[in-house]
Amino acid sequence: MKKIGFFQELRRNWILFLMLLPTLAFFIINCYLPMFGIYYAFTRFTFGKGLFGGQFVGFDNFAYLFKSNTVWRLTANTLAYNFVFIVVGNFLQILVAVLLSLMTGKWYRKISQSVMLLPYFVSYVVVGTLAYNFFNYDYGMLNTLLKSWQLNPVDLYSNTTAFPFVIVFFQVWKGLGYGTIIYLAAILGIDTDLYEASSLDGANIFQQIRHITLPLLKPTFIILFLYSIGSILKGQFELFYQLVGMNGNLYATTDILDTYVYRALVGGSNFGMGTAAGVYQSVFGFILIVVVNWFIKRRHPEYALF
Amino acid sequence: MRKNRSYTLFNILAYLITGIAALLCFLPFLSVLSGSFTDNEAIVTQGYHLFPSKFSIAAYRAIFSFPEDVLNAYRVTLVNTVTGTIIGLFLIAMTGYVLAQKSFKYRNAIAFMIYFTSIFGGGLIPWYIVYTRLLHLKDSLLVLCIPGLMSPFLIILMRTFMLSNIPDALQESARVDGAGPFEIFMRIALPICKPALATIGLFLAIGYWNDWYLSSLFITSPDKYELQYYLYNMISGAKSLSELSAASGVSVSAASMPTESVKLAMAVLATGPVVLFYPFAQKYFVQGITVGAVKG
Repeated sequence: MKKIGFFQELRRNWILFLMLLPTLAFFIINCYLPMFGIYYAFTRFTFGKGLFGGQFVGFDNFAYLFKSNTVWRLTANTLAYNFVFIVVGNFLQILVAVLLSLMTGKWYRKISQSVMLLPYFVSYVVVGTLAYNFFNYDYGMLNTLLKSWQLNPVDLYSNTTAFPFVIVFFQVWKGLGYGTIIYLAAILGIDTDLYEASSLDGANIFQQIRHITLPLLKPTFIILFLYSIGSILKGQFELFYQLVGMNGNLYATTDILDTYVYRALVGGSNFGMGTAAGVYQSVFGFILIVVVNWFIKRRHPEYALF
Repeated sequence: MRKNRSYTLFNILAYLITGIAALLCFLPFLSVLSGSFTDNEAIVTQGYHLFPSKFSIAAYRAIFSFPEDVLNAYRVTLVNTVTGTIIGLFLIAMTGYVLAQKSFKYRNAIAFMIYFTSIFGGGLIPWYIVYTRLLHLKDSLLVLCIPGLMSPFLIILMRTFMLSNIPDALQESARVDGAGPFEIFMRIALPICKPALATIGLFLAIGYWNDWYLSSLFITSPDKYELQYYLYNMISGAKSLSELSAASGVSVSAASMPTESVKLAMAVLATGPVVLFYPFAQKYFVQGITVGAVKG
């Protein structure tokens, strides 16, 4: 094929270029311009002095973050939560999808699937309200129940050991229906002849699940897993913020990179530091994706992200 | 064929496990709904129950005793959701269409440029500075709309759908008939893509309806608060309803305020439309993710 230069292409397909223009503008404003703002991570930026008024301090912000242990705690929390979300979430989604796909009761399956998808559609503010309704110290349902059994009420909102379970619960709760649909779609794609043949050979349903369904779900799982690895350093900000908020009692076990950066922004004093934490998150996450993708490309090129 | 003992056992397990899961997904909604209809005094003295211990609609009456604020938040959210979804949907479809044109030389380069933004970025604070300092959109309604218009995920979803559902021959014959790319997009691509448009539109609409984050970052005047952010302020106790009402010129004494049940009633009001819309939405949603969300 003949090589076409940029201007030739522009002349030939100018309508297509025009159609892309708003989208290109959007991504430049929303994503590429902010990349230049990484500069602020190397300054003591404050709003008062204009865009370039902040004093240049080199790697001071990063040095502080690493020395003060903040980064390690935030990274450990972010990674640990995302890891648990992936493992517990996928396990339950696969479990429910497998059960729903093979059980009897058409109507029951439909209704329970609808009910399980409901949480996906509500806002995190409402999730925070639900949590408040259950775990609030004075009036929460949990304590109402405990009191009616003559037990001591518990204050989950100051319990750093127990609260991570609340966070994991609501994350899994919100994503269950969505993940289940994806796995169900994959299961529906399985050739029913395989089940027929195996039951003629005397396999029972548990053996069928183990040797047919689960192995055939592997590709779907790997794809979803890789997607999640791609954003393993991006925390579920809305979830954490709506459940924990500005409740400093819980930060030790619930603070993640995103909540830290958000507080740096709304707190308004430490923009340089907040930018530095964001840059660290972005760069570290990027390296992680590239490395993981490189490994996958070598072993299973069909699963590579790019 | 499979009706034997192990299948019976499987079904018992299946009903048990999915039943518990479905119940856990549903109970929180029930408890909030019932709490919102419970007498505030009963909540304060006896706590929340799964069913109202003492029925009352005082909370809803309190919210609508000065409806301007709530209705205003509804209006902001509704207008934002509708305009954002329509514009976003149009732009996403157009982008998906162009990136699916095999005759377009830069389709892969631009697709990568869009995808790249999902794996690397400048972070929250530089992004915030662009919107407030470069575009000067602080406290503007535009800032609630623009950031949610598109995402790499939705564009890739659209492109995949276009690639696998619009026959080349159809486009070719339209071209022979003298139709330009934009005409082909409007007349052929859009009608074929209805299922994808429904799913992606739903993603966008949920995003807009449920947003509180942009309000919290950018909006300073209470009359521009989104519904969810209005709710958030009420829950977090930052502003109680009586304070919000004071701003609108109606005074309600703090003591007569059913503070607890009002929070839940507000949550019901913020979620209600989504739940009413739900059966319709679910159909398209499930179809859409089933068709091809997995590989994206």
